[in-house]
Amino acid sequence: MDEIFGIPAPLLFGQLLLGLINGAFYALLSLGLAVIFGMLNVINFAHGAQFMMGAFAAWMLLEYAGLNYWWALLLAPLLVGAFGVILERTMIARLYKLDHLYGLLLTFGLGLIIEGVFRNQYGSSGLPYRIPPQLSGAWDLGFMFMPVYRGWVVAVAAVMCLATWLVIEKTKIGSYLRASTENAALVQAFGINVPRLMTLTYGAGVALAAFAGVLAAPIYSVNPQMGSNLIIIVFAVVVIGGMGSILGSVITGFGLGIIEGLTKVFYPEASSTVIFVVMAIVLLARPAGLFGRA
Amino acid sequence: MSEPMLKVKGLEAWYGESHVLHGVDIEIAEGEVVTLLGRNGAGKTSTLRAIMGLIGRRTGSIRFEGTELIDLRPDLIARTGIGYCPEERGIFASLDVTENLMLPPTLRPGGLSIAEIHTLFPNLKERARSPGTKLSGGEQQMLAIGRILRTGAKLLLLDEPSEGLAPVIVQQIGRTIRELKTRGFTVLLVEQNFRFAQTVADRHYVMEHGRVMDMVPNAELGASLDRLNEYLSV
Repeated sequence: MDEIFGIPAPLLFGQLLLGLINGAFYALLSLGLAVIFGMLNVINFAHGAQFMMGAFAAWMLLEYAGLNYWWALLLAPLLVGAFGVILERTMIARLYKLDHLYGLLLTFGLGLIIEGVFRNQYGSSGLPYRIPPQLSGAWDLGFMFMPVYRGWVVAVAAVMCLATWLVIEKTKIGSYLRASTENAALVQAFGINVPRLMTLTYGAGVALAAFAGVLAAPIYSVNPQMGSNLIIIVFAVVVIGGMGSILGSVITGFGLGIIEGLTKVFYPEASSTVIFVVMAIVLLARPAGLFGRA
Repeated sequence: MSEPMLKVKGLEAWYGESHVLHGVDIEIAEGEVVTLLGRNGAGKTSTLRAIMGLIGRRTGSIRFEGTELIDLRPDLIARTGIGYCPEERGIFASLDVTENLMLPPTLRPGGLSIAEIHTLFPNLKERARSPGTKLSGGEQQMLAIGRILRTGAKLLLLDEPSEGLAPVIVQQIGRTIRELKTRGFTVLLVEQNFRFAQTVADRHYVMEHGRVMDMVPNAELGASLDRLNEYLSV
């Protein structure tokens, strides 16, 4: 089994793995966007910048406080999530009664400002962040070498997606969230503090982006543009999966990562556009997205 | 009569630019069942929404058990012990029947247990795992009432629970409201169907053009039919 469809097996599996890794990031990021959009009706264009902040937080925790990767995995989402809570309370919360477009413009502007601040401070060439020693090395799977860290990223991302889904579908607070997505005023009239729920939801979505940022730090170099490179694709993923659909964004995220990986093998010229081609086709056939409710 | 449980005085309310309530006055004593009667657009639903704080802007006074509600947020109003059942029923499609039933948080001790709610509405037990909006209209209405009985709310605001339902279901809703009265609940009921209203209520307020025009005790309803017909007929 050296060749599959005339393609050397290591190349095929290598690209599949790469696709799965990218898919893990698409899934984590689009999940946060979907949760935020469902609850707040805000399209969070600062999501890429918040992902980047997560990676930078990991780098800074190591550089200035000597805290390693494992601490960063815990602290960076908390710190960046707290920053998200402040943004929501001071700015975004004022826009809920207005058209979607205002939230989009505000968060787009915030994203640009955050990126600019980091570029000004740290330049754009990128900072190194090392794979933690416990996760370095590679497994020999027989048909290919699998870097341990990459396997870890895919597994952790899958677990996070599952955990988020469980929280939303199977817990009390998740039922408040789902109900508020349908009719927030009525949920509030039952005695639930909906404004606080919205703040926490935004904070949690931002924390999820920062978590993905920490995971990404050892793979991609830590630089101010790392989020904006990714976020355009993630928005395509959200549109394909269906705005506000949790399951849709997870499945679509992983699925499109794999499709992208396979395209790199079979027709590399199309690899950077294949996701947008899929998006166009899906929008023509199902304008609400694959998993969206029309 | 001592201080009423709910005392609404000079309540005015607006949806954006449109002025929908022009000074509503209502008093309800503990344990009473009181209706708001009136034509479409008279301000009945707006009165309930204004009490819950679900309206653009409101002025005047709403005192519930001595607490002034006019400046409170809807969740804090609910927390004083008021349960609200909206006209469109507000059953959540993404929640199953049990999740819908368990959604409103407990506000005070003394609410009905799930077993008691299932005794009142046996259908809800059979359909526990169905998505909320797969229920029939009558079952949705039972769910919408059932879920606010759990919370310990003592004052229930029910917006047209009989609307669009088969007569046999309307009778069941009527029995339920009478049962709730014997259990000590206080009910403010919006109705268009005053034949249904007279089977459950102690008193009736008649609304027109965003004001309360008249108050008729249930015992005098027969004698006041001509007067009522003038307000209610189209």
